[in-house]
Amino acid sequence: MVDQVKVKQLQEIAHRIRCDILWTLAHAQSGHPGGSLSATDFGVALYFHAVKHNPEDCGWPQRDRVIFSKGHVGPLIFSLLAASGYIPHEELKTFRKIGTRLQGHPNMECPGIEVGTGSLGQGLSIAVGMALGLRMDGKPNRVYCIMGDGENQEGSTWEAIMSAGHYKLDNLCVVLDNNGLQIDGWVEDVMGLQPLADKWRAFRWHAIEIDGHDMAQCMEAFDQAREVKGQPTVILAKTVKGKGVSWMEDQAEWHGKAPKPDQCRDALQELACPAEYFDF
Amino acid sequence: MSERKAIATRDAYGEALVELAAKDERIVVLGADLTNSTRTEWFAETYPDRFFDFGIAEQNMLNAAAGLSLVGKIPWVSTYGVFVAGRAWDQIRTTTCYSKLNVKIGGAHGGISVGPDGATHQALEDVATMRVLPNMTVIVPADYHETKKAVTWACEYIGPVYLRFGREPVPVVTKPEDPFVMGKANLINGGTDVTICNNGPVLREAMEAVEMLKEKGISARLLNVHTVKPIDREAIAKAARETGAIVTVEEHQVMGGFGSAVAEAVVQTHPVPMRFIGIQDRFGESGTPEELFEEFGLSSRYIVAAVEDVIKAKKR
Repeated sequence: MVDQVKVKQLQEIAHRIRCDILWTLAHAQSGHPGGSLSATDFGVALYFHAVKHNPEDCGWPQRDRVIFSKGHVGPLIFSLLAASGYIPHEELKTFRKIGTRLQGHPNMECPGIEVGTGSLGQGLSIAVGMALGLRMDGKPNRVYCIMGDGENQEGSTWEAIMSAGHYKLDNLCVVLDNNGLQIDGWVEDVMGLQPLADKWRAFRWHAIEIDGHDMAQCMEAFDQAREVKGQPTVILAKTVKGKGVSWMEDQAEWHGKAPKPDQCRDALQELACPAEYFDF
Repeated sequence: MSERKAIATRDAYGEALVELAAKDERIVVLGADLTNSTRTEWFAETYPDRFFDFGIAEQNMLNAAAGLSLVGKIPWVSTYGVFVAGRAWDQIRTTTCYSKLNVKIGGAHGGISVGPDGATHQALEDVATMRVLPNMTVIVPADYHETKKAVTWACEYIGPVYLRFGREPVPVVTKPEDPFVMGKANLINGGTDVTICNNGPVLREAMEAVEMLKEKGISARLLNVHTVKPIDREAIAKAARETGAIVTVEEHQVMGGFGSAVAEAVVQTHPVPMRFIGIQDRFGESGTPEELFEEFGLSSRYIVAAVEDVIKAKKR
């Protein structure tokens, strides 16, 4: 069982991250809110519970590697990096603007980003290579890869899943943000993927199904994944796209559209974010 | 030329990997079910713990190589040029090149000389699709020694490299002591009337053409330009200035490949008439390499004809 005090702390961090996401989008007036908000809770559990890292030294050799294959969730990624101490919080205001380190889809200019991502179906293969390389050197570092569910439509994703199972990469853990939506609508309508957990299991993965908004479950899933030997683990996190902002929840239209400033204020109010978030 | 020893550049590649891996344990090799054809099986047999077969799944292999490079390895990825520079292009672009990762790509079976396998397996567009990518270096070695030097250089350099190899044995025309400087062309033959810029194992045809031209009283300079990107602007500009006409020779589509790279340098430095020997906007087909060199206009007599034609244009 995870520590309830820590669960509470992480829930508070997740709340601040949701405020950061909307604040970042308010300043950028461009970017992806839906998937950022769906991946927030397990993203916080990852950065503040599971991952061994050192924001003071992003090249620290002992660090675990995190790859956001769903690179479009920049507002979440950079908010997590700011909250962890990789970048100044103020820098979030530069997201997607000319000359920024916080590109529309992340690249290696930003401290804490291991590799540029954004073209879907690519991140897991990179994670597979990292996990193979770390294992052949006998290193204990773990590799985490955050994916969207729609990304499972890419053929290259299945190549990567197949190879991780084949090579028994137990130092690799995927979190699948199973919010059920993609740009064109419900995943099941666009190009159905269910039964998704069975598919991963058939490719020799250990699959854990959780409520991706239950902080304790997210933390426990990462703990469990660390104990699995002889196969990689996928955490299928059932989530709600746009989670936390009532009018964004389960709406595909909020995949890649930034809310207008007054909508951002509405959202920040609904989330009861502190006053300093209303400076735009 | 027939008395010279002939070795395929893919063999030199396979040999070089085994030799270099003995000195640098960071070198790992990734294959996609073509370990025999790419000659990486020699590495796999010698260093089984450092070889990874990814099966017939090139896109995953390319990004797994990217991941290996990010944890300190020097990954060499090998398959046929068509499968790597075509199918896995987006992975090479958006992961390896955008993040300037230390991934080395060995594109085997480059050119029409692949022969009987036909169009599907003859890489004729790979140089174009690779050279257009920012941060990528593209090298097409001409023979055994040049290949070994190119592989050695690529292991020392930090960044993405595409090396292209041929299937067929070709004469060993360079010497172990010849310099190999990435981005610098090698002068094979001095000349004043025209310059032939050659890229890759088709060099034997270019050398034959030089001899045939000599008999016709034409003094042809022969530059062997192993590096397509970055192209040696200096040597090309000098050739244009001093000889007044250029013919490029490559085993690749003339659109977008080596000839285009030379033309870009020529028109921006010292514009002169040019002709392009290569594949003229067609797909390949089955046949012996010799038959195909005739069919597609790559053999020495076509180079001679192009030289004579470009010299006429020069005098106009």
